[in-house]
Amino acid sequence: MERKVGKWMGRLILLALILMAVSLLALSLGPARIPLSNIFHPQEIESIILFKIRLPRIILGLVVGAALAVAGVIFQGMFRNPLVEPYTLGISGGAALGVSLAVIAGFRMLPLAGFLGALGAISLVYFIARRQGILRISMLLLTGVMISFIASAIILLIMSLAHEHQLHGILFWIMGSLEETNPSLIKLVSLIILIAIAISFLFSRALNVLSLGEEEALHLGVNIERTKRTLFILGSLMAGAAVSVSGIIGFVGLLVPHFMRLLVGPDHRILLPTSCLAGGIFLIASDTIARTVISPLEIPVGVITGILGGSLFIYFLTKRTLKLGK
Amino acid sequence: MLKLEKVTTGYDAKAILNDISFTLEKGDFLGVIGPNGSGKTTLLRVMSKILPPWKGKVTLEGRRLDEIKYMELAKRMAVVPQRMPEPFFSYSVRDFILLGRTPYLRRFQLLESEEDLRVVQEVMEETDTLGLEERNLEDLSGGERQRTIIAQALAQEPEILLLDEPTSHLDIGHQVEILDLVRKLNREKKVMVIMLLHDLNLASEYCDRLILLKEGSIFKTGTPEEVLTYEIIEEVYNALVIVHKNPLSSKPHILLVPKELRHEKLS
Repeated sequence: MERKVGKWMGRLILLALILMAVSLLALSLGPARIPLSNIFHPQEIESIILFKIRLPRIILGLVVGAALAVAGVIFQGMFRNPLVEPYTLGISGGAALGVSLAVIAGFRMLPLAGFLGALGAISLVYFIARRQGILRISMLLLTGVMISFIASAIILLIMSLAHEHQLHGILFWIMGSLEETNPSLIKLVSLIILIAIAISFLFSRALNVLSLGEEEALHLGVNIERTKRTLFILGSLMAGAAVSVSGIIGFVGLLVPHFMRLLVGPDHRILLPTSCLAGGIFLIASDTIARTVISPLEIPVGVITGILGGSLFIYFLTKRTLKLGK
Repeated sequence: MLKLEKVTTGYDAKAILNDISFTLEKGDFLGVIGPNGSGKTTLLRVMSKILPPWKGKVTLEGRRLDEIKYMELAKRMAVVPQRMPEPFFSYSVRDFILLGRTPYLRRFQLLESEEDLRVVQEVMEETDTLGLEERNLEDLSGGERQRTIIAQALAQEPEILLLDEPTSHLDIGHQVEILDLVRKLNREKKVMVIMLLHDLNLASEYCDRLILLKEGSIFKTGTPEEVLTYEIIEEVYNALVIVHKNPLSSKPHILLVPKELRHEKLS
């Protein structure tokens, strides 16, 4: 046991160091290059770039990446399905629909609209899948996929009727970006996400038991309905909060959990914290590439997470080091 | 003491078990036999609080199962499923067995205590799984797998062990190995054993008492000698058999009679 905990701490420290290195690099790189040595003693202009532009973006990348990755671990574990990601359950569809409606109606607080849309979709999924106090896992998944389809159909309808400037607003949001400059919004979202992640850590051993199957978990004394309900709400909350500020950034919630299982194994007690750090690393790194590769233009960060993550994923799959369940 | 009184239950609107009553004491070794679809697994599920009784009640030391929390029940009763549960990602044997300590961990306690590790070490010795501890579940052979599942159940330190056809995928060498292990637990630790079995000869050899189910009701209950007669087997299984005795144990031993031999030899 002590040996195992020691090994776990080693992995966490390693990831924390990588996170620091990537963050420093992200601070330094950009249209205006700031040498690493200046980061701790910036000149006035540099100080504005660092603390008003780049640092908020790094913090947002950290919490959004962490939220998506942890939600991915939670949902893959409780659904016992390696292809589930936070967006499969209708969270992104609901959020995008909320934002589209808000754009059409001229409502300015898009993050709020996105958050409400995500919560609306996920509540609908939850209540459809629940019967006689039992949350039916397969029903949850199928309903989530269907709600996503319905939402995207309605979004297409809205877009076909929208004016050009509205269309641009919707598209810009859907593509996903970490460009958010409102510090109080970043603080609020970070707070929601950090609390949800912290609570989910307490359920990591229950997730281990649940991944054996529901009946087996009951035999081991786990109150499965309460556990499933809590985990579903926590995962939805963190993913919903992430989507509402950053738009739809795909692949993080699907890929990071798989890579971390490769690194630390299937035990959720270490899988959750490492995925939390790795999600942040992956998103900060992707975002840095997205804003520097054809600087001063920016590529949507979802393009980078998709291309980078997808190719790495296929590489590991063909190397047979990555196993997708049975 | 585990007691079923006039239990009727089933799925949706269809009753699978009708009016089942029996009582088991500490140290009993019961075998449940019966044809496919006779309700064996349903009986196991109603005894382990997975399925509620529609009528009648199941009580443990006088308390109804629905008054006992899953957590408390899991400390007293362990269920060995027929197949290895398929964890969604591969666990090592040791981590899998450690999950058996779940009912003893406080809520939100993330790491197992010294006591948990000691118990797990002990059951791994008992089930001869120590040499497997770092192996992954999917790399185990049938017999190793079954020993690992039983080890997880024993880590719960149960007074009652329910087993769902623990030998159904094993060759005879491993069948004997597993059932010898179960018998040892029963004799030495006075664990109450309830075992569903397909194989009548294994049931005869290892169980002190049998319950024969037919279409959801108890057709006959008693010692193997009382239950396993050729008349009863013919009526319940619709198969012609000859009942002999195992020369060493004197327990009933059942021999099949193929259809083409029936008229030649028996008429």
